[in-house]
Amino acid sequence: MPGIASYGGYIPRLRLSRHAIVAANSWANPALKAHAKGERAMGNWDEDAVTMAVEAARDCLGERPREGFAALVLASTTAPFDDRQNAGIVVQALRLAGAINTMDVSASQRAGTSGLIAALDAAAARGPVLFVAAEKRRAPAGGVPELQMGDGAASLILEPGDGIARLVGSRSSSVDFVDHYRGHGSEFDYGWEERWIRDEGYLKIVPPVLAALLAETGTAPGAVAHFCLPCTLPRVAQTIAKQLGIAESAVRDTLAAGCGDTGAAHAVVMLVHALEQAKSGDRILVAGFGQGCDALLFEVTGNLARKPRGITGSLAAGRSETNYARYLAFNDLVKIEKGLRAEVDKQTPLSTLYRKRDMLLALVGGRCERCGTVQFPKSKICVNPNCGARHSQIDQPFAEFAGRVMSYTADNLTYTPDPPAHYGMVQFAEGGRMMADFTDVDVGGVDVGMAMRMVFRIKEFDTQRNFPRYFWKAAPTPGHSAAAKES
Amino acid sequence: MASGIRDKVAILGMGCSKFGERWDCEADDLMVEAYEEALEDAGVETSRIEAAWLATAIEEQHVGKSGVPLAVALRLPYIPVTRVENYCASGSEAFRGATYAVASGACDIALALGCEKLKDTGYGGLPQRSRGALNSMYWANFSAPGSFAQLAAAYRAKHGLDRADLKAGMAHISVKSHDNGSRNPKAHLRNKITAEAVLAAPLIAEPLGLFDCCGVSDGAACAIVTTPEIARSMGKHDIVTVKALQLAVSNGTEAQHNSWDGSYFATTRIAAKRAYHEAGITRPRDELSLIEVHDCFSVTELVTMEDLAISPEGGAVKDVLDGFYDADGAIPCQIDGGLKCFGHPIGASGLRMIYEIYLQMQGRAGARQRQTAPIRGLVHNLGGFPHQNVCSIAIIGRQGA
Repeated sequence: MPGIASYGGYIPRLRLSRHAIVAANSWANPALKAHAKGERAMGNWDEDAVTMAVEAARDCLGERPREGFAALVLASTTAPFDDRQNAGIVVQALRLAGAINTMDVSASQRAGTSGLIAALDAAAARGPVLFVAAEKRRAPAGGVPELQMGDGAASLILEPGDGIARLVGSRSSSVDFVDHYRGHGSEFDYGWEERWIRDEGYLKIVPPVLAALLAETGTAPGAVAHFCLPCTLPRVAQTIAKQLGIAESAVRDTLAAGCGDTGAAHAVVMLVHALEQAKSGDRILVAGFGQGCDALLFEVTGNLARKPRGITGSLAAGRSETNYARYLAFNDLVKIEKGLRAEVDKQTPLSTLYRKRDMLLALVGGRCERCGTVQFPKSKICVNPNCGARHSQIDQPFAEFAGRVMSYTADNLTYTPDPPAHYGMVQFAEGGRMMADFTDVDVGGVDVGMAMRMVFRIKEFDTQRNFPRYFWKAAPTPGHSAAAKES
Repeated sequence: MASGIRDKVAILGMGCSKFGERWDCEADDLMVEAYEEALEDAGVETSRIEAAWLATAIEEQHVGKSGVPLAVALRLPYIPVTRVENYCASGSEAFRGATYAVASGACDIALALGCEKLKDTGYGGLPQRSRGALNSMYWANFSAPGSFAQLAAAYRAKHGLDRADLKAGMAHISVKSHDNGSRNPKAHLRNKITAEAVLAAPLIAEPLGLFDCCGVSDGAACAIVTTPEIARSMGKHDIVTVKALQLAVSNGTEAQHNSWDGSYFATTRIAAKRAYHEAGITRPRDELSLIEVHDCFSVTELVTMEDLAISPEGGAVKDVLDGFYDADGAIPCQIDGGLKCFGHPIGASGLRMIYEIYLQMQGRAGARQRQTAPIRGLVHNLGGFPHQNVCSIAIIGRQGA
């Protein structure tokens, strides 16, 4: 049986206050007031399922070499492309070796758990698999789903052997129960009555799958230490646990208060959150619901030597957002006056993108084999004025370099979906520098000397051709104070 | 061994259109306006001009490519006409072409004309445009003010200045240029302002406020050059010659190599050194009578005072606040209002600066004439961004100086 060798998580930094959402919308729907508590994770304008997948995967990978993966599986129902493999973008951004099987899993809230089962099978058969689930969710303004949803991603490395949590077993069922659907080309979900979803859906479809899995693995329900069932309806997981004999204390927090439901990613988000808190010997039962049910049972066999940011770290690093209008703008839920400067054509020459894919998607620069100078971008002639060697450069990835702000500005003139545009020269400790866009910063929160890390984001969105142009930006390094000076 | 350009080329005539929001004009109207003044000043006919250079930087916004727009506008008689572009230093590039043509002996009389018609974009500031296919895919989303604003952050960090002191120096620069511009009938902005107004203005790109940024204007400027001998033979006296003409272009070191600290212009320092050598200047603070620099933003002018080796490193704020660069100071800087107030029609700007120095040398600058008769003036014309730019430096002076 395969196991989980590592985990990572990513919840975007902004947490939209539900009170702010309700304050803006309860005039039309007073019933929303019942949902005015807590915050939901809100992706920045430059984040999507692919960029969040990359962040979660980086957290999961740590310093592990990027070679040797047999497959990368990406689960999402909100990935940016219908036809251009989203998993392939993640592989390119992470610089995983090219001889790798890649797959997008989609079209159900169960994509996260179904993808995880497939990824575990692949790991058992073929070696290490990087699994990522990510969602940037969309809902119409002013409805309950907007309040319940959240954006986020989680990632696992699956390998033959026990790892830190071995797979005890898994089981699935397929039932064409349409609690909601999103047809081809539709912007939003269309859903049915909650009471029916609870009584005929969750409570009838989930328990038999879990019961069968527990039975066939010889697991006493009382031995389940962590029960992960994403569900936005109240007390469904507790009811199912009671029905099966699982202790109510084992029912995991759905993270509704500080994150919201991250859709197909949420079962994996909850699993990673459980792994962060579990101790050796704990059994973790994970269920995913959506046109049937998936169930996976893990037994924790150890802890990670390092401590990833994970879900716990991400949740702790949030910044409250009380400006609902900003959320509407970031998610293209309202027509915004962008100004004439936004009209510049943003067509991406696909041949250039392909030729420069390592540079643009993986932030690979150059290192001179003659003088050791590191530079971005890579070039035929070394930039070091005292070297000038020709054809001397090998690939030098910059993505994991630690940087500091050398100069910066906050620009109110140039078009950006989130003005003012922050950018500046970032200088890397390992050498090299680049004039980079900044993201995840606040006005007044940037200064010379501030520690930065590079993150994969949407640089610009070509609205004419519906094409996100990805590149890397600099974001404050977590744990470093905004005003940290160069030491 | 190359001997440089010193005193090999004389300015025969110059012209400059009124700069500003010329809603009534096409680019060719502006070209003719500058050209007619230059022709009359030079005292020649179009038939005497043997070669011409046209500078435009944002040609897609008005005339389009090639030398044809200039040849058509001026009805040049099938002579060589070349269009040049080198960011905001394009005007100096046209001047360099014409000057070198005369200095080489390839022609007796040559023309340089720079023109930009920028006010047909529908918005204020420079037009937002493509920066090249690959550049657009990885360059930060920087604007002109945003890239130059970073000088302030790096300068402040390097010299341990607090924000308010740096802003005070920058504000004085803008107040001074508005004072000067108020005396210039061709200037785009002729209103006087106060330091309080500068500091209270809305931020464009931190820490640059509205008054820290130059105007974006329509306009054209023109030079007709020849040899000093021909100028004299045409009855000219008080001949003004080119003493130095230097250009330094970034090669990626500032943008990619950690040897530049972001607080100064590497190109300006190199071009200035070469220009002083070419002109035989050893003590620029004592030997220059006045200067026209590329004050696209107040902070650019500030750091340029040090890059030109006139103010000591870290000493520009003090010199500026002491009035050293005011119109009645030791070395007036932007006595015509500069880019800030005369205006900045990109392709014309380098030639406009030379125009001002030329007028000042001849005592023809009217209400803004420097009181002590100037001997040598310096023109600093920069294009691009602090981390990647082209810098042209021209030194213009009385023949024999």
